[in-house]
Parts: sequence; C-alpha cells; structure tokens
Amino acid sequence: MSSQISAAPAQNSSPVDWWKYLLLAVILLVVLPLALDIFRLNLIGKYLTYAFVAIGLVLCWGCGGILSLGQGVFFGLGGYCMAMFLKLEASNPEATAIQSTPGIPDFMDWNQLTELPWFWQPFHSLSFTLLAVIAVPVIFAFIIGVAMFTRRVGGVYFAIITQAIAAILTILIIGQQGYTGGVNGITDLRTFVGWDIRTESAQYLLYFVNVALLFACLFAALYIKRCKLGRLLVAMREKEDRVRFSGYNVASFKIFVFCIGAAFAAIGGAMFTLQVGFMSPSFVGIVPSIEMVIFCAVGGRLSLLGAVYGTLLVNLAKTSFSESFPELWLFAMGALFIGVVLAFPDGLAGLYQTYIQPWFKHFINREKVGLTPPAPIPEKTTTPAKEPVASSLSSSLEESRNVPA
Amino acid sequence: MSQLNQKTSDKDFVLSVEGLTVSFDGFKAVDDLSLYVEEQEIRVIIGPNGAGKTTVLDLICGRTKATEGSIKFKKKELTRLKEHQIVHAGVGRKFQTPSIYEDLSVFENLEISYPRGRNVWGALTFKRDQQVQDKILEIAEMVFLTDKLHDQADLLSHGQKQWLEIGMLLIQDPELLMLDEPVAGMSVAERKQTAELLQSITKQRSVLVIEHDMQFVEDIADRVTVLHQGKVLSEGSMQRVKNDPKVIEVYLGH
Amino acid sequence: MFADYTSSELTAIFAMQGFAGLILFSVFVLMALGLAIIFGQMGVINMAHGEFMILGAYITYLTSQLFSAYLPSLFDGYFFIAMLLAFVVTGALGALVEWAMIRHLYKRPLDTLLATWGLSLILQQLYRTVFGAREVGVSLPDWLMGSYAITDIIEVPINGIFVMVLTIFITIGVYLLMQKSRLGKQTRAVVQNRAMAGAVGINTEKVDRYTFALGCGIAGVAGSAFTMVGSTGPTAGQLYIVDTFLVVVFGGASSLLGTVASAFTISQAQSTMEFFLSGSMAKVLTLLTVVGILMLRPQGLFSLKVRR
Repeated sequence: MSSQISAAPAQNSSPVDWWKYLLLAVILLVVLPLALDIFRLNLIGKYLTYAFVAIGLVLCWGCGGILSLGQGVFFGLGGYCMAMFLKLEASNPEATAIQSTPGIPDFMDWNQLTELPWFWQPFHSLSFTLLAVIAVPVIFAFIIGVAMFTRRVGGVYFAIITQAIAAILTILIIGQQGYTGGVNGITDLRTFVGWDIRTESAQYLLYFVNVALLFACLFAALYIKRCKLGRLLVAMREKEDRVRFSGYNVASFKIFVFCIGAAFAAIGGAMFTLQVGFMSPSFVGIVPSIEMVIFCAVGGRLSLLGAVYGTLLVNLAKTSFSESFPELWLFAMGALFIGVVLAFPDGLAGLYQTYIQPWFKHFINREKVGLTPPAPIPEKTTTPAKEPVASSLSSSLEESRNVPA
Repeated sequence: MSQLNQKTSDKDFVLSVEGLTVSFDGFKAVDDLSLYVEEQEIRVIIGPNGAGKTTVLDLICGRTKATEGSIKFKKKELTRLKEHQIVHAGVGRKFQTPSIYEDLSVFENLEISYPRGRNVWGALTFKRDQQVQDKILEIAEMVFLTDKLHDQADLLSHGQKQWLEIGMLLIQDPELLMLDEPVAGMSVAERKQTAELLQSITKQRSVLVIEHDMQFVEDIADRVTVLHQGKVLSEGSMQRVKNDPKVIEVYLGH
Repeated sequence: MFADYTSSELTAIFAMQGFAGLILFSVFVLMALGLAIIFGQMGVINMAHGEFMILGAYITYLTSQLFSAYLPSLFDGYFFIAMLLAFVVTGALGALVEWAMIRHLYKRPLDTLLATWGLSLILQQLYRTVFGAREVGVSLPDWLMGSYAITDIIEVPINGIFVMVLTIFITIGVYLLMQKSRLGKQTRAVVQNRAMAGAVGINTEKVDRYTFALGCGIAGVAGSAFTMVGSTGPTAGQLYIVDTFLVVVFGGASSLLGTVASAFTISQAQSTMEFFLSGSMAKVLTLLTVVGILMLRPQGLFSLKVRR
C-alpha cells in the first residue's frame, strides 16, 4: 500500500487544462447525441444527474474530507420539489375527474385524503418551485451543518449521522403514503408548464439543459476548488487545528461547502425528475447515497471531471451488467468499492495522471518544450490523515511524555 | 483588528493570566496560575513533564476551556472568545509537532495564514495580489525558505517544517506569539539559526515559549517561569531560577 | 384512546410492549457489542457487521438442519453447538478480512467505511446465491417453545426470555474479557497509545487482528441468537446496521456500559412509541430524537472528559 498514486494537489496553482473540459463538452453535446438513440441518450441524461452529486462530493469529501453518506437526501429533496410541481400540474380537475376528490394527486385520493395538504399548496407556483428546488435542500443542509460542524462533529461520526438522516427520510417518505406517494414515489408526471416532457423533442431539449447545468456546476466547483477557499478546504482536511489557530472559523467553511454540495445534488435531483418522469424514495436512502460516493471515488475523489466520467462509467457498467448477469452486479459493485479504496484511491484521475498523461505530454510537447507544468509528484498519497510513521511515533511519544502524571 | 494599537501605560501587561485553573475529571492540570507578560518580552516556560506547560498555551489560545480564572490580553478577556476570535485579537500559536499543510506548497501554506479573506466570502474573492506575494517572500526569507517556496511542504526537513510554521505565524503579525518547543528535533546549527530568528522577530511583539533545551532557553529568555504540577514554582531571570533550591529539588530531587 | 381498555388490560399491553422492547434491546445489544469493540476500540467502521451477524444466523440454520437430519436425539442442545460454530466461523472470517483489507486502512477510517460496505454487498449476494433470496427460519427445540404466563393476560414467550438471558451472559463475558483478560488489556493499551504499546513488546498487529475477529465473532453469536426470535434473509443485516451504529455512537463509542444503556433507551423508546404511532413513525421519531441528541451532545451519553 505504500506506493499510492497521486492526484497531485499541488497543482492548485497550475493552469487549468481547458481542453479537457472542451473534450467532455464535445462528448456530451456532440458525440453522444449523434451516436445514441433518444432512449439511450435519456439514460445518459439520467446518469449525468448523479454526476451533480459526485461533483459536490469532490468538494466536500475529496477536498474538505467531509464524507456525507446522505447526499441522496438532497438529491431527493430537489427531485421531490420538482415532482410535486409536475404532479399538481398533472392532477388538474379535468384529468382527475373520476377521483372521489378531483384536483388532488391520485395517490392522495387513494389514501382517503380529501384536500391538498398545506405544504403542497405553494407548489402550484413555478417560481416558488424553482426556488424551493435549491432552497429546501440547502436550508436542510445548513441546519445539519450548523448543528454538526459548530460542535466539531466530523469524520466517521458525520458519515454515520448523515447516513441515519438518509434512513430516516426514506422511512418517513415511505410511511407517509398519503402525502408523499409512499414507496412508489410521485409518478405519472406529464407536463412542465403545459409542455409535454415525455415527447422525444422534450427529452432532447432536457438533455441539453441538463448538460448545460452540469457545466455550470462544474465551473462553479472549479472556481471554488482553485480559489483560496479550495486550498483552505485541503488545509482543514489535513490540519484542522492549524487552520483554526490561523484565525479561521472552520465550521463556517464546512457549512458552506456542505451547502454547495447539497445545492448541486438538488439540481441533479430536479433534472432527474424532469428527464425520468418520476421521483421515488429509492433515490433518497442509504444505498443510493453511498453509491453516489463510489461514483465520485471511481472518478478520483479530487477530480471534478473524474467525477463525471466515474459516474457515467459505473452506471453504464451497472446497466449492462444488470441486463445480462443481474446476480453478478452486486459482486462487481462490492469489488469496485474494495478495489477503488485499496488499490486505486485516486480513481480514474489517478490512473490518467500516472500512466496516460506522461506519455501524452511527451507526445504533444515535443513542439512546445518549456510550457509544461511540473509533472505530478509521485509517492504521495492524497488521502487525509496520514503522517509518516516516524513523526507519528515521535508525536505520540511526546504526548505520552506530557500526560499529567 | 490587531493593528488597533492603543498605547497603554508602562505598567500594563500584554498578557495577564490570573487564578487560572483547569481540571480534567478532578485532576488539576493547571492550578490557580498567575502569569504576566510585558510588551516585547521573551518569556520561557520550563518545567518537568506533566507540569501543565502545553495546557497553559491551550488555555490561552482557547483550545481548552478554563474551569476558573481569567486571561486578559491587552485588557480583553480571552476565556469567553472562540479560537479564531483569539487569533484575530492578536495571539498566534505554534504547536508542539510541526503543524503544516503537507499537501500544499510552502507558498500556499504561508498564503493561507495571510490575515486577509478569513471568512467564506473573503476566501472566495481572495486575490493573490502583489502585496500578498511581497509579504510571503519577505517572511519566507526570514524563515530561510526562499528557495523552497514552490516545493510541496511535505518535502521539507523536520527543522524546515518548524520554521515554516513559525513563518505562518509571523505572517499573521500577532502581538503575542506562543511557541511550543520550537527547536525540538532540530540540529545544533538549526537551533542557532532559530534563536537568532526569535531574537529578530521579538522586536515588535511578545513571545511565550515552552522549551526543554536549557542552552536555548539561556540564549533567548528575558525571564523564565518554572511550572510544577500546574503551579508557578519560580520566576525570574534564568540565573535566579537556576539557583532556586525549589527548582533544583524538582529537577534533580527524589 | 385508552377509554376502550380496562386498567388491567392497559398494564398488560404496556408489559407486553415493554417485553417486545426487551427483545429488540437484546438484538441491539448483541449487535452493538461487537461493533462497540471494533469501532470503540479500533476506530474502524465495519459496515459489513450486519452481514457477519447474518452469517452466524445462517450457520445456526445449517446446524439445526444437520441435527434434525442426522442427530435428532440431540436436537434439544443443537443451539449451543451452533453458537460456538457461529463464533468460530465469523471470527475466522473477521481475521481474514482484517488481514486482507482493514489493516491497510487504519489511517483512513472513511475509506474503511467504503471498503466494508463493498464487502457487505458481496456477502449479501453470496448469501442470496447460496441460500436463496427467501428468508429461512430455524425450528426451535421443544423447550424453547410456548410462553410463560405471568398473569392471566400477560404472557411472555420463552424464546424471548432465553435470548435475554443469553444477552446478559454474553455482555458480562465481553465485559470481563475486555477488563480482565490479557487480550482485553492489550487491546486497551493499543487503543490508548499504539506506539508505546508496540514499544513495550505488544504485537499490535496481532492485537488488531484478534480484536477485529473477536468483534466479528460476537456478531456471529448475535446472529445465532437472532434466529431464536426472527427469520434470516440475505439483507436482514442491513436493516439493523444504521440502528446499531446509532446505538454505539449514542452510547459513547468506547464504553460498554454506555452501549447497553443506549440500546435499552432506544429499543424501549421505539417499542413504546410503536403502540401509539405506526411502526414507521415510531422509528422515525426514535431515530430523529437520537440524531437530535447526538447533534447536541456529539460525544454520546457516556464519555470521559479527557485532555486532548
């Protein structure tokens, strides 16, 4: 394990490789739409909505060392906000005339509700919905963040508690069928402000909107990662106390990045609802939340672009595996978790930087020597909380020396 | 913030600690301790292991909350402030083991400690302008790291890491600098350089140092405080403290 | 809502509900004990803990099948042999997992969490392949059947009492093991200061392996006991893992007493609320309360104030 690959965080000050972003844009906006039929393209669009979550995790977990196992909560909240709007539009009195209470969503009618609950009312409004898609998850993340980070809850405790929150929300959604649609979720969504989202043309358009939003989030994340705040996150991951005693309110930065992660996830969730046409608790709970972490880990926890590629690859593999050998998929997924942690902690991005980039650089830079940024420094782990054995030995010896007798 | 230098009368201390007590499950690590540090003074705290030296620094910088007593820094009560507010008030602290960000470059380490853009918005809009770069260069030169500026910090030697952390504190320009064993793990030559460094940086500020190396203490200290079992055992010049029978008893006795 | 019941009926309802809570309590304690050792002492998050428990349950199931097929005369006592087998097999698997996986990750606790989650997926699918997706139940020996009537209307099932007694014995055993035995003392020494423990001649790697194996072995025993009160399916372990982690964290991670107390609080709260609310709302409220309290008091119920 001693020689792990590096994603070279020291690159922070090196210039951005814009061509990599361009390449991704070409793949997503030109190659895939031309190569795939609308069914497959819609599937890619669905996967890309998870990439929003993975990008947020790069900031929270990769840079800041805050592992949230509850990102499905924010994905789900964003998705449910959008689904509630669409459901209300689909449940106009004419379409629901056969119900005992026309004008309310069908699942409410099945559960003997006779009027729309108060928290559903504002979702008649498009502007409220668009606001709520971001605001509800972000406020929720803010509350969790303030409660946890100001009390210095971090590391595995934070992971467990966010996981518990994901479990709680899932149980709540499933239990409160009449208000949430229960285990089936909110289904049978048709139009978005009168525009039928199930048609091919709508699906094409939604796909492009999705990719555009994804790039907006990518660039926002890139800015955060490369500004001083991004370096502070890395610094906090390594030596939280040093940052604190350099005059920073550590909690406020963690809350900020956690809320950003939640906002990205929420956008992804809303786009999921629009493209796939339903939202259900199976995208909220423990299992989807931890799977989203693995998308990020496969791509390389420090690489924004890696998060997108990792999400696409894992999901493509999942789809093709589940089509042909459904029982093998869980084995493969389990092996992926173990392998990516033990053997490739820097994921695809790490593999790229160690094997492909040097060769690539050599190939390209024959003409423009001297413009190369320094190559990544090898023999460097990127995972948090490691000290060389010698220094940790001496530090604990020193601690023991000073323990009050 | 820390530049609000209200000139105080000569009798005012930069730091006055009074009746400070902290107990961990009944064990009093620091017991009714009082300590006064003057402007531009280098004060060294010595004492046997477990005397409570590091705990005193922890209490002053807010890492540990006091059970009783008061810590006044330029007439400002610190015991109720949060850690980052204490830093903003002008107190800087170096840890026992070098505490730097190994995944970042030396330049970035210093930049993070530069006292601007300390809130979320400030950090988002922080610009690496000429002023920042000049200051980083100046500090890097003071701590002998000019040619290492763009190296990743984990490539530094142990002594250089200690210097880097001192540099990270200097760039904050604190009025009270607290150093916990700044020369631990340094070579003889490095120790001499560090002593000179400390002499030069105290021209504008007070320094509180914990140290075991007696030669080093003699080189730098204005006054020495000896702690034993959480209490002040002796205080004064190094010469006086060395000849205090109580101190000799504690260090050599039993 | 109480108007329909007489006071004696109400007492009976509360007593039975309390008893149901006690069975839940036993399951929590048994699962949490192993987890508390691994997490509290080693700081390792073992997400596959539930699957280790289920392995113990399947072993018990297999043993009961074997006994009823080949040794029906000894069927009354099969459970004790099954429990021993469960301990040995899950413990051995635990040692293997520690060697192959965990020991590389001690400095990256968050990564342990992901890797053990992967392990749990593999084990789940393995169970599904070998035992089928359907839940299996063991047949109880005669002496564990039936129930014991305390009053005319209050009846408690004997298997429930048995599991509780078992829980008490295992808890005391684990407590003694951690406090008195050589392994326990070495484990605690390694927890407090790994370098120093190594320096005084403790083989810290071996201690890590044994500690992890012990935690997993206890999970196996828990699974064995679990078969007495519930049926076993490939994903049964995952149902309990979040609750169990909350139990351990709520109890203050490193304190066994805290673990027991928090398991009691959570199980009683949940089963009492289940009477007033739907099962899912009772669970939501319990978990929410626990998470809420943890946000206010992150160190859990029982923890020592120590110098950092």
